[in-house]
Amino acid sequence: MSHYDAIVIGAGHNGLTNAAYLAKGGFNVMVVDKNDYIGGAAVSRELQEGWLYSSCSYVCSMMRQALHRDLDLSRHGLMLVPYLGTINFADNGDTLLSYHSEEAAYNELKRVSRHDADAMFRIQADLTRYSQLIRKTLLRTPPDPTSFKPRDISELLFLAKEFWSLGEKELYEYIRFFTLSAADFLDEYFETDIVKTSMAGAGIIGTALGVYSPGSSYILLHHVMGDVDGSIGAWGLARGGMGAISNAIASALQSHGGEIRTSAPVEQVLVKDGKAVGVALENGDVLNADIVVSNLDARRTFTKIMAKEDLPPGIYEKAKNYKIRGSSGKVNIALSGLPKFNNVPDNPYINRGGQAFSGSMETMERAYDCWKRGTWSDDPFIESVIPSAWDPTVAPAGMHWMSNFIQYCPPELADGPWTPEKRDQFGQTVIDKIERYSPGFKDLIVHMEVRTPWEIEQEIGLTEGNIFQGELTIDQLLFNRPFPGFAQYRMPIKNMYMCGSSTHPGGGVSSACGANAAREILLDLKRPNTVPEDDCYDE
Amino acid sequence: MSRALEKPQPSHFQPRLDDWNIREAWSAWNGIKFADVYYEAEYEYFCVRNLCGTYDICAMQKYFISGPDAEAMLNRMVTRNVTKMKENRVSYVLWCTDEGRLIDDGTIFRLGPDQFMLTCGSPSTAWLKKSCIGFDNVTIRDRSDDLAGLSLQGPTSCAVLKKMGLTGIENAKPFTIHFFEFAGARLMVSRTGFTGDLGYELWIDAEHALALWDAVYAAGEDYGVHPYGEEATNMLRLEAGFIMPGYEFNEALKTVNFQYDQTPFELNLGWMVDFKKPHFNGRTALLKEAEQGPKYTLTRLDIEGNKPAEGAFIYNSKSCKTDVGYVTSAMWSPVVKANIALAMIETKYLGGELWAEINYEKELRQFYKVARCTPKDAPFWSPERAKLTPPADF
Amino acid sequence: MDHGDTDTVKRTHYDTIIVGAGHNGLVCANYLARSGKRVLVLEAAEQCGGLAASYEFHPGFKASVAQYATHLPTQIVDDLRLTDHGYRSGNLDLVGLSPAEPPVRLNGANISGAVETDAAAFQEYHRLMDKLAQMFQPFWQKTVPPIGNNSLSEIASFAQLGLKIRMLGKQDMQEFFRIVALPMYDLLDEFVTSPVLKAMLSWDGLIGTKQAPRSPNNSVLQLLYRLQNRSEVCVDVASLVDALLGAARAAGVEIRTDAPVAKVEVESRDGPAGAAADLTATGVTLESGERIAAGQIISSADPRSTFLNLTGAEHLDIEFTNRIDRYRDRGMVTKVHLALSGVPDFSGLDQPDGRMVLAPDVETIEWAFDNAKYGELPQTPVMEVMVPSLHNSALAPAGQHVLSANVMYTPFAVRGDEASGGWSVASRAALLESVLHVLERYSPSIQSQLVGTQLLTPQDLERSHRVSGGHWHHGDFALDQLIMMRPTHGAAQYKTPIEGLMLCGAGTHPAGDLTGLPGFNAAREALK
Repeated sequence: MSHYDAIVIGAGHNGLTNAAYLAKGGFNVMVVDKNDYIGGAAVSRELQEGWLYSSCSYVCSMMRQALHRDLDLSRHGLMLVPYLGTINFADNGDTLLSYHSEEAAYNELKRVSRHDADAMFRIQADLTRYSQLIRKTLLRTPPDPTSFKPRDISELLFLAKEFWSLGEKELYEYIRFFTLSAADFLDEYFETDIVKTSMAGAGIIGTALGVYSPGSSYILLHHVMGDVDGSIGAWGLARGGMGAISNAIASALQSHGGEIRTSAPVEQVLVKDGKAVGVALENGDVLNADIVVSNLDARRTFTKIMAKEDLPPGIYEKAKNYKIRGSSGKVNIALSGLPKFNNVPDNPYINRGGQAFSGSMETMERAYDCWKRGTWSDDPFIESVIPSAWDPTVAPAGMHWMSNFIQYCPPELADGPWTPEKRDQFGQTVIDKIERYSPGFKDLIVHMEVRTPWEIEQEIGLTEGNIFQGELTIDQLLFNRPFPGFAQYRMPIKNMYMCGSSTHPGGGVSSACGANAAREILLDLKRPNTVPEDDCYDE
Repeated sequence: MSRALEKPQPSHFQPRLDDWNIREAWSAWNGIKFADVYYEAEYEYFCVRNLCGTYDICAMQKYFISGPDAEAMLNRMVTRNVTKMKENRVSYVLWCTDEGRLIDDGTIFRLGPDQFMLTCGSPSTAWLKKSCIGFDNVTIRDRSDDLAGLSLQGPTSCAVLKKMGLTGIENAKPFTIHFFEFAGARLMVSRTGFTGDLGYELWIDAEHALALWDAVYAAGEDYGVHPYGEEATNMLRLEAGFIMPGYEFNEALKTVNFQYDQTPFELNLGWMVDFKKPHFNGRTALLKEAEQGPKYTLTRLDIEGNKPAEGAFIYNSKSCKTDVGYVTSAMWSPVVKANIALAMIETKYLGGELWAEINYEKELRQFYKVARCTPKDAPFWSPERAKLTPPADF
Repeated sequence: MDHGDTDTVKRTHYDTIIVGAGHNGLVCANYLARSGKRVLVLEAAEQCGGLAASYEFHPGFKASVAQYATHLPTQIVDDLRLTDHGYRSGNLDLVGLSPAEPPVRLNGANISGAVETDAAAFQEYHRLMDKLAQMFQPFWQKTVPPIGNNSLSEIASFAQLGLKIRMLGKQDMQEFFRIVALPMYDLLDEFVTSPVLKAMLSWDGLIGTKQAPRSPNNSVLQLLYRLQNRSEVCVDVASLVDALLGAARAAGVEIRTDAPVAKVEVESRDGPAGAAADLTATGVTLESGERIAAGQIISSADPRSTFLNLTGAEHLDIEFTNRIDRYRDRGMVTKVHLALSGVPDFSGLDQPDGRMVLAPDVETIEWAFDNAKYGELPQTPVMEVMVPSLHNSALAPAGQHVLSANVMYTPFAVRGDEASGGWSVASRAALLESVLHVLERYSPSIQSQLVGTQLLTPQDLERSHRVSGGHWHHGDFALDQLIMMRPTHGAAQYKTPIEGLMLCGAGTHPAGDLTGLPGFNAAREALK
């Protein structure tokens, strides 16, 4: 029987980050993962010979630069490259490009609407201001408002002070973006549908809300508050695919003496006298540990790998009620050449960014209506990117890899569970839509693989295939994430912690959850904190 | 499809600008191609101070605001009293947020009882639309792209226009508007500018822009007319003490940090805030500011030595212990032979000593010096001819 | 009314003019008059009561837009001695109907008709919601100060709310933070299983505001607002209006009907002048041209009307004007009144004397919303139905009855009907037909009893009752439009940017329904 100081269940980027900090703190750490590869949803795999698919997550903007720097991830092979703006495709075939260059972006917007070109300056300033407030909380552990511990009270006072100092005007603004729908929020700035649409996609990605649903403007912010090198709203590609992030963190972990064991699915967390004491693997191996950290989502942690009788009363029900809804699909396509799109300018920059097949606000909302009814829209919202146009390592020279993220895709269909036939029909819907904007697209397809929420859950272990490990609604944010009373990474069982996106600050390849959890563990073990608490921003 | 609209669009004077710009030194202003310099900034600057120069203002935003509620809507938006403006007059105006922070400055041309043109440096469509809510009978026509503008500035500018055949232009007083027939089109001339010198601005429908240019340059040949770019403009306006967004103020609607924008009082433009008129935007906040006094005051500084104090901190003593402000724009003024600057200084320190810590470079080596600053009440450059009617020919 | 000269002179010296004789205007007028203020109420319509006024919609049949008042605070009833003026309170069940399930009847914690497990779960649900509602109750009757630069007493006010939340106990406090923003769909999923029970429980969290069962953030708070003061239920709205009028007259309030206000007069001072206000309201001008001066003008009209129509953008700041313009006050509820030859017979019910929710499940509600959000008519409308004539026989000829329905969700303007200004004759007919069709499913004989109909879309209400957007809360019950920000910052706490101009309508804290709380709170502020 092996004994470790800590076992981390799940070698996703947060689990690896958590383990890396524990190993750095001098612990004997083991990370176990059910798959025969690491990375969870931040993974790159050669599923077609010559092509490296980032089969789940595909772009990155939330990765905390303080962690990147502190774990020396560049030395371990990570390079994040910003990519340029996105082409938005409207129902009627119009396009709108967003450029990184402010001047070019303005000119392009002006073509569509002078009013909206002007308003874009203002929304960018406002979003930057909102992001600055939220970013302050990303690498902090949320306080428990029901607690009387000095640390909670002082953190609560910190938040209250930040909040109070906003004043009436700003408070009003913050409440607006926290609670409004993306549509209402954008209506206050813009008058052209294609401009609103180009901004609204960020409000629904990964979430079971529509652009008209209250709360979707926060999701929008959650996606734009990321940055690459301080440029808020910018997105980046990991050179070598998203797996490069996980591989770099794993390398950092190993350089500190941590171990990783793949093909090691956990059967159950072992609990003795109300304390976690290790894990039993499906193959019968038992790994003992002083500390068990789960990087699985909250639902899966408490309903799949823990015995109900080991849990204090109410926790199982809380996990059952935890909102973690599958709403997204993923289609990865190997292409024999670069697709050409209708109605885009003839400049070399357009292939350095993504494509958003959004249609219109109404088309996006109607896609959500379909999801509510347990089906998929025949005109779904697709966010695509062709990383191979930027990254020479992911496809053979001259050939390309296209990542397509589809909102919405239900976890289960109204007429029953997913079948391979239905999955293929779903994939067909996606390429049919792209073909509409890129005639000849289908002829370029060398290989494609389709993932519905069902496939994502089976493969990665994310419940319902939810990319955030739980909805990002107010009831599940900050001190409510994943459950009120357990938002500080400590779980109801002693010596057990959570470090996945089910914890604050939530989804996105940020590594913040894993790092924050490591800080709490170090604190509990009375070790010096080695986890960065601020993000190297001078604001 | 080749669309290429994301590239800067040519100015209406572009073919002529291309001829003059031997440096190919272009940037863009509101999406329109725009020269930083044509030959060399100081040369262009002296053209304006000594002869005359033209400055391409096609990229200036031009909004025609008309209708029965146009006057009321504008009067509520800007801090000066629009109802007192006579027809064919121009007024320099400011407009602020509800909190009294400066959004932008510009000029209003009163073209009729219900007809105005508003010009400004940045796109303002969204704010104008917001300003119209509650006023039913206002129409805004954005003529930024189809109305060409050329600023003609300098001591010989009046002579050039006379020679061009604009009869009676010498009788045009500052801030007045006059109309002439030009090549079958209507040419609008206002005695306005951004140089603090004698000067005019010429406005004409875009299709006549090149003809206008050619006429100005034909008439101006003997008067040394030369185009000047953004760098020369920045020198000229600083000598005149004019503020510039991105230097003296942040446009409040684009400011991330609410404390980092400015009020008219901080910019020493309190004289432009008219509390005698009925309500206008930001009035309540500005009244409060007027009563309490601004935290900062934009101050003209004459600084000893000859090293421009760009980006310098201002201290209240030579020992540089307490910083009390910062320089927003600075230059060596070739005509005044002075080291001048505009600086934001905490109002309460204005009576005392002021010292600038100036960083400068000499052949790649970095140096600093501490120089005494003297506040100036009057503009650094304010020639008689700028106000004289009729002006002399040179 | 005929007045002598001396009377006329006196009449021009009012302390306070209240614009609009809706119930909030009347509550406010009552309190001010009782404190010795000389109060004039100006009502544009021919009768008082606003949305609670009863109008004849078919010869012999009367109805008001408002159906009932379930949470008028007892303090107001007692202070104004409304009972002495004829106010009657009674009992009102909430009844859930579904073609697929037996009727479920709710009254407070009492539940009947539900399966045993649901009945038990409902008790836990009710306990929690009731506790939270009680926690909030004092704050609906309070002026919540704006945040930032607070005085000690204001900080005490926030501290009191903090303490109230703490006093819930750790577990309920955690639950509160979690469920307060939940959509009704998720909240009810955690408690009960019966589709009709879920639908009827979600109802009060949804109706009036632009939100559906799956919309997060606002419904639970709206539900908690509606759960306050359940002890005082008024099923006869006319008696409430009459009692408020009676009390007002007794207190010396002067009320003029048919007196629409055109403008609030505003003066501005011409320079720095110490502590004096920048802008001051000095009186009103009626549409007739008559000017009436007063030191204080309190508007019970909705924020949009008050600021954009009565005050005028020229007296207001630009962002403020835009916030008012963006204020979400487009109603989604259409009122249907039916004149019936007898008591309608609802399958499974002895007497249709409750508040009957005709929505078999939350999905049907959601789908109706999905139609309306695109400007379409609901394919299957859902509704809340009452027979007010069972509670007040004066509303219909003897033996005959009035059915009053709140129908969700209808767009303010129908897509495709732009040419007819929002609602074509065909769309109105189609909506009425689908409403009758739904009703028929629950009350098969209703068509044969039908004597007359009235359909009041939100747009109709805007015209007939001068309520912007026809919104019966005078604005969506949404977090960014609530509490210290209702209707918007700069006009909350009943004050406006203009000294002497105040608000007392449903567009102020706490919100709409017949609670009288905005009027009550505004009167307290007006007397400060």
